[in-house]
Amino acid sequence: MTGEIYRKPVMFAIVATVVILIGTAITMFIPMLTPQMHPRLENLKPFTALQLAGRDIYQREGCNNCHTQTVRPLKTEVMRYGEYSKAGEFAYDHPFLWGSKRTGPDLARVGGKYPDAWHYRHFENPQAFFAESNMPVYEWLKDNKLDPAKIEAHMKALGFPYIPEDIELLKDKTELDALVSYVQVIGASVTKKAVPMATPAVTEKEHISNPFAGDPKAIAAGKNIFAKNCAVCHGENAQGDIGPNLTDKAFLYAEGDVPDDDYFEIINNGTTPGMIEEGRTAKGGMIPFKDTLSKDEIWSVVAYIRSIQGK
Amino acid sequence: MSDYQYDNETVKGFIISSIFWGVVGILVGLWISIQMWAPSWNIPPYFTFGRLRVVHTNGLAFGLGIGAIFGICYYITMRLTKRPLLFPKLARFHLYLFNAAIALAALSLFAGMNQSLEYAELEWPLDVGVVILWVIFAVNIFGTIIKRKEEQMYISLWFIIATVITVAVLYIVNNLSIPAGLFKSYHLFAGVNSANVEWWYGHNAVGFIFTTPILAMFYYFLPKSTGIPIYSHRLSIIAFWSLVFAYLWTGAHHLIYTPLPDWIQTLAIVFTIFLIAPSWGSVVNGFYTVGTDWSKMQTNYLTKFFILGITFYGLQTIQGPTQGLRVVSQLIHYTDWVPGHVHMGTMGWVTMTVAASIYYIIPRIYDTEIYSEKIANTHFYLVLIGQLIFSITMWITGIQQGALWKAVNPDGSLKYTFMETLVRNYPFWKMRTVGGVIFTIGMLFFIYNIFMTIRKGKSLAAAKA
Repeated sequence: MTGEIYRKPVMFAIVATVVILIGTAITMFIPMLTPQMHPRLENLKPFTALQLAGRDIYQREGCNNCHTQTVRPLKTEVMRYGEYSKAGEFAYDHPFLWGSKRTGPDLARVGGKYPDAWHYRHFENPQAFFAESNMPVYEWLKDNKLDPAKIEAHMKALGFPYIPEDIELLKDKTELDALVSYVQVIGASVTKKAVPMATPAVTEKEHISNPFAGDPKAIAAGKNIFAKNCAVCHGENAQGDIGPNLTDKAFLYAEGDVPDDDYFEIINNGTTPGMIEEGRTAKGGMIPFKDTLSKDEIWSVVAYIRSIQGK
Repeated sequence: MSDYQYDNETVKGFIISSIFWGVVGILVGLWISIQMWAPSWNIPPYFTFGRLRVVHTNGLAFGLGIGAIFGICYYITMRLTKRPLLFPKLARFHLYLFNAAIALAALSLFAGMNQSLEYAELEWPLDVGVVILWVIFAVNIFGTIIKRKEEQMYISLWFIIATVITVAVLYIVNNLSIPAGLFKSYHLFAGVNSANVEWWYGHNAVGFIFTTPILAMFYYFLPKSTGIPIYSHRLSIIAFWSLVFAYLWTGAHHLIYTPLPDWIQTLAIVFTIFLIAPSWGSVVNGFYTVGTDWSKMQTNYLTKFFILGITFYGLQTIQGPTQGLRVVSQLIHYTDWVPGHVHMGTMGWVTMTVAASIYYIIPRIYDTEIYSEKIANTHFYLVLIGQLIFSITMWITGIQQGALWKAVNPDGSLKYTFMETLVRNYPFWKMRTVGGVIFTIGMLFFIYNIFMTIRKGKSLAAAKA
């Protein structure tokens, strides 16, 4: 009797179908019918036309082959990237773009982390920022204009709200504009929390002076680090470019001298627009370097900047 | 001799096509392996890593994998049912449509038409094509089996039937999408649900493209090559049903520590561990079969392909479940460990078994002997060495990456920047390219051997006529 099925192909096929559908139903189909698979954060917004156009390019270029978009709830991962990913962040992601390989860093919290200008320049030449980066150059996206009619069709297909002006706006935009716009909105629905630090970089109560102040070796090292990490935004001689001129102290809007440890703080943690530090309001846009540079390296950069100021 | 003719032309056509697409896929693989450590090898817009990687995976999974599966399953089915295919002309049309679809698929992926679903990247018009291809395959396989001349269905036919049914269900469901133009669509599912559907598909594509049809080949060609019957029929029954039952529960092990509900992740981990048993059912069956006469390893050149293949399958199905455990996943997920794992399966198990099956089939179709066993042995050792270099370098650098990402200073801050963890991969990525070159040379020996066997067969046939 038990051997019967191996002589009856139709019966065999029916039994095999039932057998494969059990796990399918329990782990995939039934959960789909429950609200736990369709969460949505309150302040999550559908993509705008420009953002969706950028997401299309992200898909087209296969960015998800090298970049993930999900931060796991592991301590060091939260330290490196930011708040871990929430199920409700992805309600408008058709499809999800979590990826499965981090040849490059995770991008779940990249939105708003850097100024737009940083992204433009990085897409145009990633190696200018990180000499040893293996990211392909995407400068050519600048030469491709968007196709508003196509993007409108995509918005309609997904049922995302838009007004005619949104579509009108697209005709002067390039693919690179769209991609930057998308990258800047990734993770925007999750409130940014300060990345937990084991100990504050510098104490708040009393000022710490630069251990390398005036040390010629540190200044030379700092110059080197500056050339690799800072020059791309602040100019080769720190005369200013995307970021402000660092040689005239005006960028700090400071009355009188600014202590070394404030420089350290800004380099270490970056700035956000409107941030108030010792009575000064920051314009924002400075990238945090605590994941890129060690404390000694940051102090060396401070020593270098000091050495070229007022010259 | 029987009074009917097997449709050898279609089988040949599929085998040669799959070898062709295999070469394309392997060369693209070498190219992207170089791009990993030399970004200047990216040539925008068509030949950047992001576009080429999907040409590599699709070219090999669909071009080499499915092409070989179509051809070899037709070969096996005809012999196990003791009759020609029910619809030989349809099978021939199937072959032409297959090649057209793969060519268009490759072009569309170069052009960046990409659904961003791993192993389901093809856009919806091509999905429709793939479904048509699959229906043709199913009709011919089922029709031939139903009209068979041999009452008992041998093990290989069970695996072929399971493959035909499951791939159809997987492919259709995961490719449900909202069309937004002729070459653009969006996954019907969103967010966590999209992820759950995709990895239910993605993992089972591995199960029912790289496992069940390859096991069908293994169970057929191992006894055929060695002349030893399969050790235990009962074990193969248990292994078959438990494998096809358990596989479908395990997709979420690709989503450990993501926002997918924990219970789905945990259930997937449990069934993933369970999968060791049915996988090893086939491994044990293979070893015990040859175990009745180990001298076959020396006297029959194909035995070592099958035994090494099933050994890698065994290692793969121990390593895979281990990776599913949360404690292991947190270290190696998203690192190069995973490509190391995947390539042990594809280069070690799948390619080894498919190549051995082709070595068996081609001389029989052309009524001759293999051109050179010596070249076959050289092929064997080169692909073995190439694959070991690939996998081992990726495991080492994967563990290194995972450990560096987690490393903290005594004050609790992160020890390494992302760039510092990236650059340490470069020496290993370069070694991987070397492994890939060795593997490719091995495959060229294989292709040369097959080509020369065909030539020999043709000239013998001409001499007879």
